[in-house]
Amino acid sequence: MDIEWYVVLSALLFTIGLIGVLVRRNPVVVLLCLELMLSAGALAMLAFSRMLGNQDGQVFVLIVLVVAACEVVVGLGLVVAMYRRRLPLDVDEMKELKG
Amino acid sequence: MTATWAWLVLLLPLLGSLTIGLTFKAIPDRAAGLVGIAAIVAAFVCGILALIGLQGEPSESRHVASTLWEYASVGGFEIDLGIYVDPLSIFMVLVVTGVSSLIHIYSYSYMKSDQGYHRFFSYLNFFVFSMLVLVLAGNFIMLIVGWALVGFASYALISYWYRRNTATKAGMKAFVINVVGDIGLYLAAILIFKEVGAISYGEVFEKAPEVFQTNEWSIVAICLCLLVGAFAKSAQMPFHTWLADAMEGPTPVSSLIHAATMVTAGVYLIARCHPLFELAPTAADVAAFVGLVTLLIAGTIAIAVTDLKRIIAYSTMSQIGYMFVGVGIGAYSAGMFHLMTHAFFKALLFMAAGSVISAMANMQDIDKMKGFKRAMPFTAAMLIIGALALSGFPGTSGWFSKDEIIDFAHFRGGMYDWMWVGMLIGAFMTAIYSFRIIFRILPGPACKEAEYLEQHGHVIHGEPRNPATGEAEDTEVGYPGEEHHIAEQAGGMKFAMGVLGALALVGGLVQIPGVTEVITRFLEPTFEHSVFSHMHPSNSEAWTGLIEGAVISIAGIATAWLLYIKRPDLPARFRQTFKAVHTLCVNKWYGDEIVDFLIVNPVKALGRFANRVFERFVVDGATAGVAGLTRSAGAAVRDLQSGMLRGYAALMLFGILAIVVYFLIRSA
Repeated sequence: MDIEWYVVLSALLFTIGLIGVLVRRNPVVVLLCLELMLSAGALAMLAFSRMLGNQDGQVFVLIVLVVAACEVVVGLGLVVAMYRRRLPLDVDEMKELKG
Repeated sequence: MTATWAWLVLLLPLLGSLTIGLTFKAIPDRAAGLVGIAAIVAAFVCGILALIGLQGEPSESRHVASTLWEYASVGGFEIDLGIYVDPLSIFMVLVVTGVSSLIHIYSYSYMKSDQGYHRFFSYLNFFVFSMLVLVLAGNFIMLIVGWALVGFASYALISYWYRRNTATKAGMKAFVINVVGDIGLYLAAILIFKEVGAISYGEVFEKAPEVFQTNEWSIVAICLCLLVGAFAKSAQMPFHTWLADAMEGPTPVSSLIHAATMVTAGVYLIARCHPLFELAPTAADVAAFVGLVTLLIAGTIAIAVTDLKRIIAYSTMSQIGYMFVGVGIGAYSAGMFHLMTHAFFKALLFMAAGSVISAMANMQDIDKMKGFKRAMPFTAAMLIIGALALSGFPGTSGWFSKDEIIDFAHFRGGMYDWMWVGMLIGAFMTAIYSFRIIFRILPGPACKEAEYLEQHGHVIHGEPRNPATGEAEDTEVGYPGEEHHIAEQAGGMKFAMGVLGALALVGGLVQIPGVTEVITRFLEPTFEHSVFSHMHPSNSEAWTGLIEGAVISIAGIATAWLLYIKRPDLPARFRQTFKAVHTLCVNKWYGDEIVDFLIVNPVKALGRFANRVFERFVVDGATAGVAGLTRSAGAAVRDLQSGMLRGYAALMLFGILAIVVYFLIRSA
């Protein structure tokens, strides 16, 4: 199979994720979309690694997966904390860091 | 072996100081005092053992240099932690540790009810350690270390009653003036290294005659810098103003530091560096001349002031003036001999004064004291012995030592004859002010405090007040405590004073011209290369000098008797007739005011200028400018920080896009 398919799929997934991050306001969904973007990147890397015939890309993918897992832990932790303190689950409401 | 004992001399007081300081509140007060005494007495014993070791050597190799380790070795500049043991330093070690032991024993009783007992003994031991570093130092760097440590110890002990405003100020004054002296010493050490290329005593003194021409400007400059340090430490003109204020410290401190040991460091320095001073006779003459001026001026002040401790302080300045003249004109062993006898009788006088001050419930004004002869027979006897020795009464230690210096000046003749005349006038004044103390305090109808002591057998209870200002004292930090201790009722004080009294009386017998001359012969190995080592007056000349001294001393005592016993109206009439002279002397020749006018006020004005102009416009302007710049830069970009998460994400997206597009265009 041609590499283009993989790259196109990866681009599609990335775009969907990006739009989700920019448009949705529910933090859980934002996190999901972030994961989607990461996976899209990982897919592209896998495809190119396969094309070039070395394993570097695959190793990177493993690292990306680990980092993604960590990031989700932090993100979901934040969400749970927000929920516990009865804060609105809306990223636009959370703007106390305004300069 | 000698070196080991000498190192132990250094180690013991340091250990004592640390032990007492670190066991604060863990061991009882009395134990702290005993540890302090034990450390110093042990150091004294080690000093004697070192002396025995040293005397076992043949006289030409009677000096030992020992190094524990090297501090630094940079480009030929080697600093060792080294000591130099020769008769001169052992002599100083024995005087310092011997007198210190007695003063520790005295303090054990005198400070009994002070709250800061631990602190006191820790400081006291630390002082002895620093002084020993100073006298045992084997090179100029160690000398500077000891010199500075001594200055600090003096500061700590003067300000010992730290809630007393006058005491803290006096401590600062002493410290600042001593640091000025330290700077002189630093400059001297730098110049010595630059010119000679060595820093240890042995090498410097060996090479100096080859490097320098006699009276060459560089050696004169070195010696003058050394003299700045010596003058400041020994309270000679114009650095003398701190010594009278230092009397704010406890009396044992005045006795130890400001009479017996620290203030004589300058004399030791000149004697130690005599090979340099003999290459720079001009500087040696400066030392002698300043000593002469100091001894005369301090004598006049001592006759005028009425504070008991300050009278003795000015007499200390005056006696150190004699020592400076002595070592300045080349009578080294005479100067050192006077240093030793002075340590005995001046420490004794201070101790006796402390006892009287206790009996007065801390009042120090001799105008208020009268008739202590019956109430305090022991103290009175000791005061009289001290005063006799100080005024050079025939047979006492002061008679032999002072007249040896005076006689040497006459022996050298020429311009030194003028110094001879000046010193004889000084000796006359010495006798007057010594016996002024005696005749004002001891005879006559008893004052209220003396009467109370006589009738009740214990010391009157006074209000805790600062004797200088009359302010109420904070009794928490001591201020000799609620109870006062007098020699009649405290064994330790009595013992220390008794020993010193005996030494002050008979200590001079070791140096009878033509008979014993122990000191001269003992110090000979140190001074054998000196040009003055084989110049000394013949026995008949020396005895003529002693008889002159005896006549002058008795004349002075008689004058004091006339002024203060026979015709007590005379001093008052004198005060009226020569009002200006009296005002000048009571105000200490305006020494403080002159220093204020010449140095303190200009520096203060510079400080105010710096504060008003430089600080406000330059420093403040620079800091405010930087702060304003940062603030406006922040304001310019603060709108970007919207706090909108999705906004940040979008910004990131466009940012990355822009970068990608840029590189795509470039690569195309």
